[in-house]
Amino acid sequence: MRTSPFLSAATPLQRVMLKVLAALLPGIALQVWLFGIGVLAQLALASVAALATEALCLKLRGYPVRRFVSDGSALVCAWLLALSLPPLAPWWLAVLGSMFAIALGKQVYGGLGQNTFNPAMVGFVVLIVSFPAQMSHWAAPLAAGPAYLDASAQLAHIFGGVLPHGIGFDALASATPLDAARTAVRQGLPGPDGMLGGTSAWLALGWLVGGLFLLQQRLIPWQLPCGFLGALAVLAALFHWADPAAHAGALFHLGSGAALLGAFFIVTDPVTAPTTARGRIIYAASAGALTYLIRAFGNFPDGVAFAVLIMNMATPLLDQLTQPPVFGRKAGRAGRS
Amino acid sequence: MSRILHPFHGGIRPPEHKRHSNGSRIGSLPLPSQLVLSLRQHIGQPARPIVVPGDTVLKGQTLAVPEGRISSALHAPTSGRIVAIEPRSVPHPSGLTELCVVLVPDGQERWVERMPFDWRTAGIEAVAQQLCAMGVVGLGGAGFPTHLKLGSGRGIETLVINGAECEPYITCDDRLMRERAADLVAGIQILRTLLRAQTVLVGVEDNKPEAIEALQLACGGADIEVVALPTRYPSGGAKQLIRLLTGLEVPAGTRATELGVQCFNVGTVYALYRALEHGEPLISRIVTLTGAVARPGNVEALLGTPLDALMQHAGADDGVEGYLYGGPMMGFALPSLAAGLTKSGNCIVAKSPALFPPAPPPMPCIRCGDCAQVCPAELQPMDLYWFARARQFDRARERHLFDCIECGACAYVCPSHIPLVDYYRHAKAELWAADAAGQAADLARRRHQARQRRLEAAQQARAERRSPHAAPVPAVTSPAPVVLPPPQTDAPAPLDEKQARIAAALARAAARRDGAGQPPAAASAQPVADEAQPVADEKQARIEAAMARAAQRRAAQESRR
Ligand code: SF4
Ligand code: SF4
Repeated sequence: MRTSPFLSAATPLQRVMLKVLAALLPGIALQVWLFGIGVLAQLALASVAALATEALCLKLRGYPVRRFVSDGSALVCAWLLALSLPPLAPWWLAVLGSMFAIALGKQVYGGLGQNTFNPAMVGFVVLIVSFPAQMSHWAAPLAAGPAYLDASAQLAHIFGGVLPHGIGFDALASATPLDAARTAVRQGLPGPDGMLGGTSAWLALGWLVGGLFLLQQRLIPWQLPCGFLGALAVLAALFHWADPAAHAGALFHLGSGAALLGAFFIVTDPVTAPTTARGRIIYAASAGALTYLIRAFGNFPDGVAFAVLIMNMATPLLDQLTQPPVFGRKAGRAGRS
Repeated sequence: MSRILHPFHGGIRPPEHKRHSNGSRIGSLPLPSQLVLSLRQHIGQPARPIVVPGDTVLKGQTLAVPEGRISSALHAPTSGRIVAIEPRSVPHPSGLTELCVVLVPDGQERWVERMPFDWRTAGIEAVAQQLCAMGVVGLGGAGFPTHLKLGSGRGIETLVINGAECEPYITCDDRLMRERAADLVAGIQILRTLLRAQTVLVGVEDNKPEAIEALQLACGGADIEVVALPTRYPSGGAKQLIRLLTGLEVPAGTRATELGVQCFNVGTVYALYRALEHGEPLISRIVTLTGAVARPGNVEALLGTPLDALMQHAGADDGVEGYLYGGPMMGFALPSLAAGLTKSGNCIVAKSPALFPPAPPPMPCIRCGDCAQVCPAELQPMDLYWFARARQFDRARERHLFDCIECGACAYVCPSHIPLVDYYRHAKAELWAADAAGQAADLARRRHQARQRRLEAAQQARAERRSPHAAPVPAVTSPAPVVLPPPQTDAPAPLDEKQARIAAALARAAARRDGAGQPPAAASAQPVADEAQPVADEKQARIEAAMARAAQRRAAQESRR
């Protein structure tokens, strides 16, 4: 029986998801401009694999496939994963990652809304742990790269693993910006600015534009990106201040594309983040701090994924500990506000 | 006005749809061929009929008297003949039937003698008695008997008059405030005097500028503050309104009176004015007829008017696919239009697919928290939903499920279109049922113990009788007084109603305990007649004076407009 209210104003779920995808577009455009058509190939691969896996799981679980596949959540997950992969990664990496993300990260928990961990990050971590070599093969940005690969050559590498005659991957390869920074700092070279900092700052701008759009549309709560970026910046600044030679500064950390992608699109996954305002701040700030620590002292090229997954585990507890007071039950307030 | 408002958390701004119905004056309806008057016009115990089929009654004659403490009287809305007292369908989501008095009007409109009530000297108890006998109950929708809100005469600090009318579509209070502002203000002055209120605040949403202006004019120099509230649903919720106007948050589970505040709906105040100054019982109300109808507007309709007569009057379209009783946020879908209008019927909305597109199928909760953003009770609706779905009702209760006022703001914004309030109502019903079952088990245990004691006593008595030095035979020990649990009659209801139901059950139990033979309501059965006996010319004169005053004031107000 349907009872009141008989009105609804909500943006339907599909539209929410579409807006998130739209918000990713500026960043994607920049990433394509910087790294080439391979980015789009990864997006397509991940999308197809994610949708197929989602449909299969829903069918096995006896759910209405069309209604749930079309909610858009699988696409958002696939895109976030694809954007975290090296643009020239072999095709099966994106496919495998998406399958893991959807099947293991989402459907085994009971589907949309039930999962504990951010599915895209589950996929990413499975890949980085299982295939560390392939996951760290970042091609240099087109503009800065030592060799130029045209679109067909990029696709040939992704799908066939072949490179044009005479070019080895090493010639193309670049470390991730963060790796580069770390190496540079460890080798006593001048900071990474001017090397990759410039390009990744462009990328960061793309994600920032999308993130501001989401904020303006009230699709993400401000506490999450602000908490995350704030904690990351503060820690980076502190360490840089203590030992400038060993640690890159706050701007460098914020300007890495991954930090902003994470802040606006990954930390903000509503399903796996707390729902209370205080819980969200603590969650996001902790994730930001962990990201910094993993970046600065860990072995993985980037820390966002691990930081988010670790904090996902704390979400239920945070929710429980930060329940806001209920109307008429505020302690020490016999009424007067 | 410069009063500092204290916005409550959350709230929403749904499309108002008030223009359909607020543009024309309050109309009236031809006498319907039949009036169907439910004996349950209010929260609490239904009234007890004192007429029988075949009786002829005058307009305003008492048809049924209050039964128990939380109850109110019912009167004949017009003169005519009682043709039946039988179960008929009443406005209720489940199509429930209740005992109804069916009256066939004779078209004469012959009134009983009406006597203004001398509330200035009568004392608060007597005024309360009078309001109870005049059938005055809350007209804002909840239907709480008004006489119970007067208190003991200790006085309050702030009197809040609720003219917010925040639900979409409904405009009956708007029209009332515009057209009968003078009478309304007279009613407010009565309440202020009775309650000895220091401050009087009238809250009206700022989407009703005409009503605000009319009230301000009518208040004249009187020390009544008409406050324009930002339009934000549910500012008309009593606790939200009190918070908005005074900054006071009524603690959960307590009454506003404990903070020295009392809140009345404008329609109720008007009814109170009619009852006290004119001796007119509550026999009609203003109801908004709107939605997919040809002639939307407000009519002052006799209680018991069949709802289909109302909808015919408004010209319901062919495309109508159902009707709402009350507004779209908190009202309910009527199973049929067979029922008669009740005191709490503030609005009937004819639903068309264009105005009310079917809700998309619900999707899973993505924990976006939008619902918590808008919840005026500051709950975490998604958690309550989660617990209700998982049938962890006790955990929902721990998270203050019963503080939910069922305003529907959460479901309104939910992007997954989850019918959240359905879940809350269901969870509340389950918890009440569990509580009742617990009480029943408790009762059974106590009964068993009592029986055990009785048997033992009897056995002992027998033993003593058999012994040579028998004492006089003791009377069989009577079992301990037994309190019956409240019967869980109908579907989940708002919190107040639940409290009222509990109180009513307690009252019933108390009555049962007190007098075994006497019908419990005998004491309160006759106040109307008593009041009406001493016919004083003086009073008559006062009526006329009052009427003249009101008319003068109304005229002055009209000319000033
Ligand atoms: S608004 Fe709906 S989807 Fe969002 S948290 Fe609340 S119940 Fe869940
Ligand atoms: S219906 Fe209940 S939970 Fe939902 S917004 Fe209103 S008070 Fe909050």
